[in-house]
Amino acid sequence: MIMKFIHRFASPPFFYRFSAKAMPWFVGLFLLFLGYGLYGGLVVAPADYQQGESYRIIYIHVPAAWLSLFVYMVMATSAAIALIWRIKLSDVVLISSAPIGAMFTFVALVTGSIWGKPMWGTWWEWEARLTSELILLFLYLGIIALYNAVEDKRIASRAVAILTLVGVVNIPIIHYSVEWWNTLHQGPTVTKFDKPSIHLSMLLPLLSMAIAFKLYYGLALLARARNELLQRERNAGWVKEMLKDE
Amino acid sequence: MNSLSEFLHMGGYGQYVWSAYGITFVAMLLALLIPVRQHRGLRKRLKKQLARQAKSKN
Repeated sequence: MIMKFIHRFASPPFFYRFSAKAMPWFVGLFLLFLGYGLYGGLVVAPADYQQGESYRIIYIHVPAAWLSLFVYMVMATSAAIALIWRIKLSDVVLISSAPIGAMFTFVALVTGSIWGKPMWGTWWEWEARLTSELILLFLYLGIIALYNAVEDKRIASRAVAILTLVGVVNIPIIHYSVEWWNTLHQGPTVTKFDKPSIHLSMLLPLLSMAIAFKLYYGLALLARARNELLQRERNAGWVKEMLKDE
Repeated sequence: MNSLSEFLHMGGYGQYVWSAYGITFVAMLLALLIPVRQHRGLRKRLKKQLARQAKSKN
């Protein structure tokens, strides 16, 4: 039953049609969560008692950093599925996610840098959290470059899947860097399950922004995946049928 | 209006806060608009290709 659904969902014509219908919903929900997150974070939430108003960068910096890791984990999962079960769509999800992950990593680095200047007195420091996140950006760019460099897209997809899985070692390093090393970057505020050291009026907009960024990822992924799919399937019957009907 | 200018001032951190938000939303908007534009171009190209193929068959 579940496998049947997966196969149906992963079939290119179904996915292509489904994505067109789903995208407006993603836009709507994204704007909803973004609206509440921005209002709650920039207007309602009080200033931080140590960092003043500058801490409000947290509402984009932390969700972007979370997504930079989340997108990579989705890619690694897709890579494993692609290598084991050879489901076409997983290759598409993998390569379509890479530019989005790179964008989130770039945003996390830049907003962190802008936040660091007034708080730490420097734009950049070669410490564990920042350096491992920068390596993540290079990983994303390397994956995109490798895919574009190999002519045969089936070979390119396999190579990219393997590179993605190798790069997974960087993910726990980023996550635990603030605990393993004595970093300039502050420790976790939210993911301490026992007791988050952040007030609810700050936490709720932050979570709302995180959901908004996740919805954005879904939206951007659909937009990219259907391009990739159309490109790959351009000689397939369903594409010709669809284009003829217009 | 005082409260608005205060809001934009962000307790002296306005330039940092707003540049961070600006860069973020420009990056996110671009990363979405680029594939949407590519989709239109791709469909146009494929349609032309299909028309050419139909012609050469006749």
